[in-house]
Amino acid sequence: MTTDFSAIHKTYDWSLLAESIYNKTSKDVQRALENRHVDLEDFKALISPAAQPFLESMAQKSQKITQSRFGKTIQMYVPLYLSNECQNICTYCGFSLNIDIPRKTLTPDEIHTEAKHLRDLGYHHVLVVTGEANKSVGMPYFLEALEILKQYFSQISFEVQPLETKEYIELKKRGVYSILVYQETYRQDEYKKHHPKGKKSNFLYRLKTPDRIGNAEIDRVGLGVLIGLEDWRVDSFFTALHLSYLEKTYWRSKYSISFPRLRPCANGIDLKSVMSDKELLQLICAYRIFNAQVELSLSTRESEVFRNNAFALGITSISAESSTNPGGYVVNKDSLKQFDVHDTRSTKEYISVIKSKGYDPVFKDWDAVLYDQ
Amino acid sequence: MKDSLCIADKTFTSRLFTGTGKFSDGETMAAAIKASESELTTVALKRIEIDQDDQHILSYFKGMNISFLPNTSGVKTAKEAVFAAKMAREALQTNWIKLEIHPDQKHLMPDPIETLKAAEVLVKEGFVVLPYIHADPVLCKRLEDVGAQAVMPLGSPIGTNLGLKTADFLSLIIRQSNVPVIIDAGIGSPSDAAKAFEMGADAVLVNTAIAASQNPIGMAKAFKQACQSGRQAFLSGLPTKKTSAQASSPLTSFLDDN
Repeated sequence: MTTDFSAIHKTYDWSLLAESIYNKTSKDVQRALENRHVDLEDFKALISPAAQPFLESMAQKSQKITQSRFGKTIQMYVPLYLSNECQNICTYCGFSLNIDIPRKTLTPDEIHTEAKHLRDLGYHHVLVVTGEANKSVGMPYFLEALEILKQYFSQISFEVQPLETKEYIELKKRGVYSILVYQETYRQDEYKKHHPKGKKSNFLYRLKTPDRIGNAEIDRVGLGVLIGLEDWRVDSFFTALHLSYLEKTYWRSKYSISFPRLRPCANGIDLKSVMSDKELLQLICAYRIFNAQVELSLSTRESEVFRNNAFALGITSISAESSTNPGGYVVNKDSLKQFDVHDTRSTKEYISVIKSKGYDPVFKDWDAVLYDQ
Repeated sequence: MKDSLCIADKTFTSRLFTGTGKFSDGETMAAAIKASESELTTVALKRIEIDQDDQHILSYFKGMNISFLPNTSGVKTAKEAVFAAKMAREALQTNWIKLEIHPDQKHLMPDPIETLKAAEVLVKEGFVVLPYIHADPVLCKRLEDVGAQAVMPLGSPIGTNLGLKTADFLSLIIRQSNVPVIIDAGIGSPSDAAKAFEMGADAVLVNTAIAASQNPIGMAKAFKQACQSGRQAFLSGLPTKKTSAQASSPLTSFLDDN
């Protein structure tokens, strides 16, 4: 049996994959839409340029599959940035080490204040985000923060630097439900250009992270690539491949996928691969048709119009009213942001849109009591 | 490219596994298995006369390219199965074992709890364990976790020839398994075997349908061909069945405005 995903990853060639995706025809797309079991070849067809004329059919199929698996519900979560300290240089990120702006890490009191504010808005599910500063924002800080956050939230997800298996086990014990680590890109030869400095520049360590999360039996594992860094089609194929491998190997876990499109930030960047709204919807629907159970998440990086419509076409969880800087809700509104959000509407405003479309916004769907502590 | 099947240290060209029970005589058994071109056949440990140098049932296979897969048929608990496996290793000089534990004497349904316990012990003792089980997707993953080298879910109760009654569950198992899936029990006709391969099974095990046929040699050939056809169809990609066309009410028109 394979020990980790890197053994599978190295058997694929980026340019050959790109060629096979771009060579898909409308016949391949039709077959993918008709197949009872959609495989990775079908997924390639669904994300190919040949599928663009089929977007309406894809949206209808995606909606149907999502409704039959998840009902007409949408889970609500909110990000909580604890720190923007970071020892990495990432060419696209607002927290990059080379940006000379004062850094902020929330104190316990400040975490209380921010958490209380989000809880008052109605949120029970929180996504904790940090940069990568292992000395000041490492396990001791996480454990301290968790003790506070547990008092406010019933489901806690972590989007922090990659950790070791034993650290993930510890986080799970202390109440973390879900861990998200985006690969950013699966293109190994270009990875270093986007991540020239810091622990994050180690491609393989990052690639093997979901295996460590799976070995720790974390309840949900979050995957994703940063759309815009490299060809999103090839990167999304790798994400689907990774998902298939993980589902087979760590079969007790759930999985989620996010679609971060690069947004303006303090670092500024030239995008290699620009994705249109149509293409983003195509990708969402392709994942859903490929995999009925994977959770698909949409953030406030997207526009109001897109979020008003696309949430019902395959998405299962969505955030609103997000701040992307530590203290951004109450205690330090002007600290350095990771990126600018696009949809700035209030939670109240956005859930009225969800309800008007006949969907139930679900704020609580988990309880830490269910953990075997 | 050669389409071979690897399980542990062995590579098989034929994906049809056979059994040695229920034949009218030893010569017919050997001739039928030869005609099937099967490279792996099960032998019930309980049928082997261990004390004899010339082990009766195996003597018919002299000169044939076939491996034996001893099974633990007859045992009712994990403890008995582990003991039987060790006996089989001595008697047949193989560390391969088809683990089957059926306390239920009426339908010979396998006991999942005892099977998982025994599999864990036997893997640690160095056996290549192929467990015969109900078509239970979670049990398959649990067996994989403890190191089973393949899983052998049933199509329907053993010896019934009812075909793939568990098809929907077999399909789930096939799609999420990291080890070969061998569909065992209930395959009553060559079309059942072909269907199993079309679904993506890695191999099938057929015994009763060949052994109890009017013409076991002819039926063995038919199974050989059906297995090859089904596998070929799977590899070639089956055409999809047409589903109904699209409804109206466009969901994507919001994209046209921007």
